Amino acid sequence: MSWFKRDKQGILTSTEEKLEVPDGVWWQCSSCKKTIPTSDLTDNRYVCPNCNYHARINSVEYFDIIYDEGTVKKLFEDLEPRDFLGFNDLKSYKDRLVDTKKKVNVTEALTVGSGKVNGHKLITCCMNFNFIGGSMGSVVGERISKAIDHCVEKKYPLLIISKSGGARMMESAFSLMQMAKTSAKLTQLAAAKLPYISLMTDPTTGGVTASYAMLGDMNIAEPKALIGFAGPRVIKETIGKDLPKGFQRSEFVMEHGFLDFIVDRKDLKSRLTDIVELLMNKSEK
Amino acid sequence: MNDDLRFAVFNGGLLHSTKQTEMIYLDFEKPIEELYEQLEKLKKIGESGKVDVDSALTELEEKISEVKKSIYGSLTGWQRVQLSRHPERPYTLFYISKLCNRFLELHGDRNFGDDKAMVGGLGEIDGKPVMFIGQQKGENTKQRQYRNFGMANPEGYRKALRLMKMAEKFNIPIVSLIDTPGAYPGLEAEERGQGEAIAKNLMEMTTLKVPVICIIIGEGASGGALGIGIGDKVLMLENTWYSVISPESCSSILWHSWDFKEQAAEELKLTPEHMKQFKLIDGIIREPIGGAHNNPDEMAMILKKEIKKHIAELENLKSEERIEMRIEKFSSMGVFND
Ligand SMILES: [Zn+2]
Repeated sequence: MSWFKRDKQGILTSTEEKLEVPDGVWWQCSSCKKTIPTSDLTDNRYVCPNCNYHARINSVEYFDIIYDEGTVKKLFEDLEPRDFLGFNDLKSYKDRLVDTKKKVNVTEALTVGSGKVNGHKLITCCMNFNFIGGSMGSVVGERISKAIDHCVEKKYPLLIISKSGGARMMESAFSLMQMAKTSAKLTQLAAAKLPYISLMTDPTTGGVTASYAMLGDMNIAEPKALIGFAGPRVIKETIGKDLPKGFQRSEFVMEHGFLDFIVDRKDLKSRLTDIVELLMNKSEK
Repeated sequence: MNDDLRFAVFNGGLLHSTKQTEMIYLDFEKPIEELYEQLEKLKKIGESGKVDVDSALTELEEKISEVKKSIYGSLTGWQRVQLSRHPERPYTLFYISKLCNRFLELHGDRNFGDDKAMVGGLGEIDGKPVMFIGQQKGENTKQRQYRNFGMANPEGYRKALRLMKMAEKFNIPIVSLIDTPGAYPGLEAEERGQGEAIAKNLMEMTTLKVPVICIIIGEGASGGALGIGIGDKVLMLENTWYSVISPESCSSILWHSWDFKEQAAEELKLTPEHMKQFKLIDGIIREPIGGAHNNPDEMAMILKKEIKKHIAELENLKSEERIEMRIEKFSSMGVFND
């Protein structure tokens, strides 16, 4: 589950959580190492113009990319995480929540947006990696659950953008049961014959992969995203061998039959439009 | 399966009863072990006929019973974890052999292979057909490897789903016996879609038309356990645990060290009592004093009674009602402020 981050730095270091959304004038690509003006990156939907590396972004940026200007509004923001178990490791979960909220511009590891994509209504549940590693707490599950109810009521299609290190250990079994909860709710969306598109982005691991991320009518992914159940380090420790190049990357996952297609961020909006128009028979006649 | 293993499967009870002669004691059971040693010595003295030890024996036996009550009555989270992994603890096929008057083990996912860590088949409890699925651990070094320590690959989850769909087709209730340290984190498991296999089971089990009873009989570790854990009734044996992560891995990630497993076990609140209190499970099944391994036959009888009771209750409901209640139950899991 959350084994993905079993490294010396631990789950919650700032490097692990750091989004690659730049705040200075210059940005260095972590893939090709080229330094470019930040505006070149943001103008290119946070994709490196030199090597097509897709920088990690969160709901704020994704909503800008997919929704028609001025149409998006956030839903269920009043749902907030709670330290029900009184969980303490080296730091209390309570303090982690307070500190995280101070640092980031989102209220949980998943934000729900409602808006229009080329004129078509679409509900999007987008995960935020900067909120405790995009871990699946109770609020993540409840927001997805409420988003599904909303879709069923209004007959809207659903997009979930996954980006997660896995479970939120500080919510223990409540975190685990979010896998059951979201999968159970997805049966209601399926029964209503409404499309569910699952977009996997770097990284999608653990309990998120083993629940809603893999349950789309269409499972799609950004290029070279890490997608898997167990994290690469754990697998390496288990088998005692180095992992092949490209292991658990989008292209590998697609080659093994688990993705419908890989989509560049620049094409995302138009592919979503295609899916919604074709599945819901909404093209202009 | 070779002949040795087939023998082991159907004679699980025999294997257990022979093992009872040399009890394995866990660290926190040392006081009990010492008392039993005293008891043995006293018995020998009694046998020699020189001294009358009857009253001393009675006194010591009473003391043992008191000490047992006090130790097993206040087990910590970590001690539950230790008991759930006790090397003599009964496993899935043992229970099946005790519960059923006949059992047909069914193999394979019809796609890739037959996962030895996940077993299943059609059984009959007092004349009533029941579909069993469950993880299987091995009883000795060779078998433990053969069973991959109860860690299933994707084909295991797909085999379980195939059998559950068969049960649905023939209107047969399903009993899932859960005992796993996790889904197998291997290279081929990823290639064959471990995440997808578990995810699919979660969704499919939600809408199965037949009664589904899930029982944690040992370790309930994370997605690997949940992958066969969606049911109308989710029950836990007394000395088991259910958590999003093992205490060891939790210690390693959050404390950056393997040394905080006891503390992690407490923080994770993984005992059956916690899970029941949080409404994440439906009930707890008591074990013989000292744990299931102290009296596997009694444990099997308790289990049989529970399974029969729950099947009877669930069969009073219409399938649509059961499905609706299942969705409602899992949908209400979670704590947050709103
Ligand atoms: Zn680059």
